[in-house]
Amino acid sequence: MSPDIMASVLLTVISAATPLLFAALGELVVEKSGVLNLGVEGMMILGAVCAFAVTVTTGYSGLGLLAGVAAGMAMAFIFGVLTLTLAANQVATGLALTIFGLGLSSLIGAGFVGIPVAPLPKLAIPGVSDLPLVGPLLFGHDVLVYLSIVAVAAVAWFLKASRPGMILRAVGESDVSAHSIGYDVIAVRYRAVLFGGAMAGLGGAFLSLSYTPLWTEGMTAGRGWIALALVVFASWRPWRLLAGAYLFGGVTIAQLYTQGAGGIGIPSQVMSMLPYLATILVLTIIAAGPWKGRLNAPACLGKPFRPST
Amino acid sequence: MFKDLSRRRFLAGSTAAAGALSLGGALGGPLGAGSALAADPLKVGFVYVGPIGDFGWTHGHDLGRKAIEEHFGDAVKTSYVESVPDDGPDAERVIRQFASSGHNLIFTTSFGYMDPTIKVARQFPDVKFEHATGIQTADNVSIYSARFYEGRAVIGTMAGHLTKTGKFGYIASFPIPEVVRGINAFILAARKVRPDAEIKVVWVNSWYDPGKEADATKALIDQGCDVITQHTDSPAPVQTAASRGVWCFGQASDMTNFAPDWHATSILDVWGPYYIQRTQAVIDGTWSTAATWDGFKQGMVEMAPYNPKLPAEVVEAAESVRKAIIAGDLHPFTGPISDQKGMEMVPAGQTIPDQDLLGMDWYVEGVSA
Repeated sequence: MSPDIMASVLLTVISAATPLLFAALGELVVEKSGVLNLGVEGMMILGAVCAFAVTVTTGYSGLGLLAGVAAGMAMAFIFGVLTLTLAANQVATGLALTIFGLGLSSLIGAGFVGIPVAPLPKLAIPGVSDLPLVGPLLFGHDVLVYLSIVAVAAVAWFLKASRPGMILRAVGESDVSAHSIGYDVIAVRYRAVLFGGAMAGLGGAFLSLSYTPLWTEGMTAGRGWIALALVVFASWRPWRLLAGAYLFGGVTIAQLYTQGAGGIGIPSQVMSMLPYLATILVLTIIAAGPWKGRLNAPACLGKPFRPST
Repeated sequence: MFKDLSRRRFLAGSTAAAGALSLGGALGGPLGAGSALAADPLKVGFVYVGPIGDFGWTHGHDLGRKAIEEHFGDAVKTSYVESVPDDGPDAERVIRQFASSGHNLIFTTSFGYMDPTIKVARQFPDVKFEHATGIQTADNVSIYSARFYEGRAVIGTMAGHLTKTGKFGYIASFPIPEVVRGINAFILAARKVRPDAEIKVVWVNSWYDPGKEADATKALIDQGCDVITQHTDSPAPVQTAASRGVWCFGQASDMTNFAPDWHATSILDVWGPYYIQRTQAVIDGTWSTAATWDGFKQGMVEMAPYNPKLPAEVVEAAESVRKAIIAGDLHPFTGPISDQKGMEMVPAGQTIPDQDLLGMDWYVEGVSA
């Protein structure tokens, strides 16, 4: 395989993994605070359509990105009001949010079908970006790809070392204890849910502005669900999430390349299952192996919290 | 505004008799045949596999539905359900819902709706069903399809002229006869121009996943394909091919907007005239089971405008193939045709009959899938 093709394959993997990474990283923080938001797909697609619509209308992709983030947060806010303030069932509300998001995005996007938009500009440093293999891989992406990796580092530090991060984890592990020593459980969870919405919106914006710069209905095509699986696959650890996103992206892309090269005797349908099989395998190993009990799921995940008066 | 209100009230009062009549009609009461007809339009239902905004297959069918509304006005009421998976129990539920809510004619527009369509049709013998790209009819089930492969022969010819590497990339959905036939027609036509040409097929196992279609396009271009065509429904392959400077062909809708410099042409499905004709047949009571398979000649398949940047001889070659098909001088599946292993399947001068084409499950020489 020549360096050019190798670089091209890896570039494709990176762009396939980036939207998953954004959405999954947001959901990781949400789940760490003890909230399960199954509405990732809905927030993503609304982010995608709003980012696209604003970019087309104003001509500024920067404004489009902000609109994507804002749309994701608006959806997350609805989820927050229902599940945190009104203590509704999180699973049902999350599913409803996804269905609502898919419908609303079609409505908003109806006037934007069939319109092209210029993709986000790629970083181009004269001389450096043209180096074989390394150039395009390290210096040839748009700003969102770099942002996704910075975000992983930031979230990892936030959860592990910062005081608000520890409070967030405490809220997710034992909401009653955190409440009893004076932390505002609901406020912490609101912030986490809004962050999750912003990241899902950003993942959606990456889809409609960079990955395939166009709007078509249902264009997230299940990536929100893969992001949810990814959080479990990574057992709620940010750096493992990064590896998982690239692995998921890599497997998808690898099977497309092997098909084009004449196939390796494995049906393409089986290759398409691999990311999910890998998730099940990892879960089984973690749950049954020597690391038993280290699955790391936040103890209060999915349980509504009602402060006792 | 207030004036309007009072005037409307006045009008309503003065025509109370007429109002009562049409109300009776709407309720199905025996208040006079004329008004009952006017208030009881024919109901036509559509089941779509994708969203109407996919800018591809479903978009094309929805244009056909709108053509019905425009043609018949208030005499026909259409409704649709979009994004109905064609591989699960939802399809049957949606079709049954249409049939039991007074729809007289139901179009099910994906191959995978075959079993649920036949099943529901058996339970509603008075409702007429039309199953697109299907292969099974019944007393109240017709099948219809367009001879897309005629379009594939035109773009295959063009691809043969445009390629330098002799390798074509084909983004495919599922290995059903419809798709297999398209791949074969494409490479047969291309090899008439470029005898050593080959086609690489990537299955994305979806009709519609822009991201995956784009990635498959990149994979094919990386492996030396310099013409890309697709049998999936989003414009992502066209857009990706353009970003790499590779000629490409769109699917089902004119995708020029997504690749003004590299979109050679698209094969268009034109369903409107057929839908109007079948609706009229139901109104007239002349509807009967039919298996319709129309192409360029009847106008069910058309080519989008050719890209002005194409070399003149490429457009000429394309047009001569299209005209020969219309005139009946050329059939894309005329022998000699060999299979992938080089074994002769169709001797020179013979043409594959329609029923074999409809169930086609083997690849011709030059296909790597």
